[in-house]
Amino acid sequence: MRFGEFGGRFVPEMLIPPLEELEEKYEELKESEEFRRELDYLLRSYAGRPTPLYYARNLSKKTGGARIYLKREDLLHSGAHKINNTLGQALLAKHMGKSRLIAETGAGQHGVATAMAGAKLGLKVDVYMGAEDVERQRQNVFRMKLLGANVIPVKSGSRTLKDAINEALRDWSRSFEHSHYLIGSVVGPHPYPTIVRDFQSVIGKEIKAQILETEGCLPKAIIACVGGGSNAIGAFHEFIEDREVRLIGVEAGGKSIESGEHAASLSAGEKGVLHGMLSYFLQDEDGQILDTHSISAGLDYPGVGPEHAWLMETGRAEYVTASDGEALSAFMELSRTEGIIPALESAHALAYGMKLAEQLDRDDAIVVNLSGRGDKDMGIVMEVLENA
Amino acid sequence: MLEKSLVTFITAGDPSPKKTLDFMLVLERYSDVIELGIPFSDPVADGSVIQKASIRALKKGFRVRDVFEIVRGFRDHSEKKVVLMTYYNPVFRMGVEKFIRLSAEAGVDGIIAVDLPADSSREYVELCTKHGIRTIFIASPNTTDERLRVIDEASTGFVYLTSDYGTTGKRERIGERAFDLLSRAKSICRNPVGVGFGVSKEEHVRALIQAGADGVIVGSAIVELIEMYGEDADKHIEERVRELAKGLTDDPGS
Repeated sequence: MRFGEFGGRFVPEMLIPPLEELEEKYEELKESEEFRRELDYLLRSYAGRPTPLYYARNLSKKTGGARIYLKREDLLHSGAHKINNTLGQALLAKHMGKSRLIAETGAGQHGVATAMAGAKLGLKVDVYMGAEDVERQRQNVFRMKLLGANVIPVKSGSRTLKDAINEALRDWSRSFEHSHYLIGSVVGPHPYPTIVRDFQSVIGKEIKAQILETEGCLPKAIIACVGGGSNAIGAFHEFIEDREVRLIGVEAGGKSIESGEHAASLSAGEKGVLHGMLSYFLQDEDGQILDTHSISAGLDYPGVGPEHAWLMETGRAEYVTASDGEALSAFMELSRTEGIIPALESAHALAYGMKLAEQLDRDDAIVVNLSGRGDKDMGIVMEVLENA
Repeated sequence: MLEKSLVTFITAGDPSPKKTLDFMLVLERYSDVIELGIPFSDPVADGSVIQKASIRALKKGFRVRDVFEIVRGFRDHSEKKVVLMTYYNPVFRMGVEKFIRLSAEAGVDGIIAVDLPADSSREYVELCTKHGIRTIFIASPNTTDERLRVIDEASTGFVYLTSDYGTTGKRERIGERAFDLLSRAKSICRNPVGVGFGVSKEEHVRALIQAGADGVIVGSAIVELIEMYGEDADKHIEERVRELAKGLTDDPGS
């Protein structure tokens, strides 16, 4: 239930029974051969797994130093790793007899992936999205609607992801009898951080098999971006016991850490309790949660999954930041050298990956998790470049 | 802590710490316990009325320590019980013991931490007991009898029953769920029980008291008056609370 002191179940009392129900059903289903077969089939035939581990030869040459491999989660159906988790949880919801999915989304990727899973499995989908994000991510809003989901703009608070989560929790507290709250990252009350991690750990399992096949040894480092942290945990988990592999999470450094306009909860936050978990949060001295900033709406969350907090405290994983500018440069670089347009989230991981590669030898291999593709970010990038 | 009591809730610092004290002095004439909400940036257990009150207070620069000043001010005038309603993060951030100690020093009688479940609260309960602060934990209509026992065990003030699922906010009627929970709680709990969430009319109060509730908690129905009338809400609050308090008596005509 806890990762060290982190995690837990800090929610109003009425959410405890549905969380207990979820935990019980999940424990039962994850052992079920039939459930695993069903999910495996969906991941292969519908989502497009396994994704390739691609050697970015041009980028590696240009960067110098270690060989950079990209785990191509951007090639999945929906364009991001989010689909691994939404298919898993939607299937779980269906087995629990729920008829409706509630989701919240920042950049829209999780909303789109939930809408797809809902459409595929015949579940009604309501997606809460900060009003600000509805404006920033109009294409994804349109996609969700096309997929039959209902998008509810949230006008309270900072009108971004954290407020959408608040609304989703409120909805769930009155509708849990027939609705499943499909949390999109390794955050929230127990058992969500574990469930989402389990569904995302397919990423690391594939990386391990693929890199052993290509390189014959494990990589020096695995690098992934961290907002809530689901793609990072997914990539890291299989390697936690392999101490020789550095696990590096890259948070959104925004304009800069000093400016306060960022979303780096582990690098610049404090321990706290929000959205059902004890973890690190950006907050003031009174424990009021602060607004965040990132060029990437998908990283724009003031907290982080509790397992990351634990991996940081135990020293097993390192957490660093990449600024908006560094992410944007990496975004352009990958587009030009490899013909791959990454999501702005993934561009954060890439920015640090390139920096690290420079410091390593040609014999070393590192893996950057390319968690999503950049199509959704065209509007933001165009705006930034036009104003530059 | 409750004996056929009306518990009234307002948000501290809305619209200002000074007015909060004035409103408390109105409330104490009709209620046995005043519940003061500590404004929080992300109040997921609350509906829009109380959420907006939190935002109003925070925008005016309300700090958590202001609540202790308000209670201290109130203690100069009244012996009525004051309980703080808070999310856990402000408590955790200040340091659990420090928060409880400052509450006790200010004259607070009890604390409700809405997102701290009874079964993860041992240290918190021990610290509250050490400083003479009563603990109040919440039970909901879907709480099992087994958990009701755990909640009752952790509570030293009263057990707060929510009348329905969802968040705080006025409801047209108090449904069967509330009465089912009330009757289960009365047979299980050694603490007095109060019912809140959705209570907004004299007949709600009367029905719950007649069904055995030791107290009835009213929040949004008062806070909405502060939203409407701001600094001038005193007489509107007085009218509404006087009306609600009539529900404590058996006779609708009294």
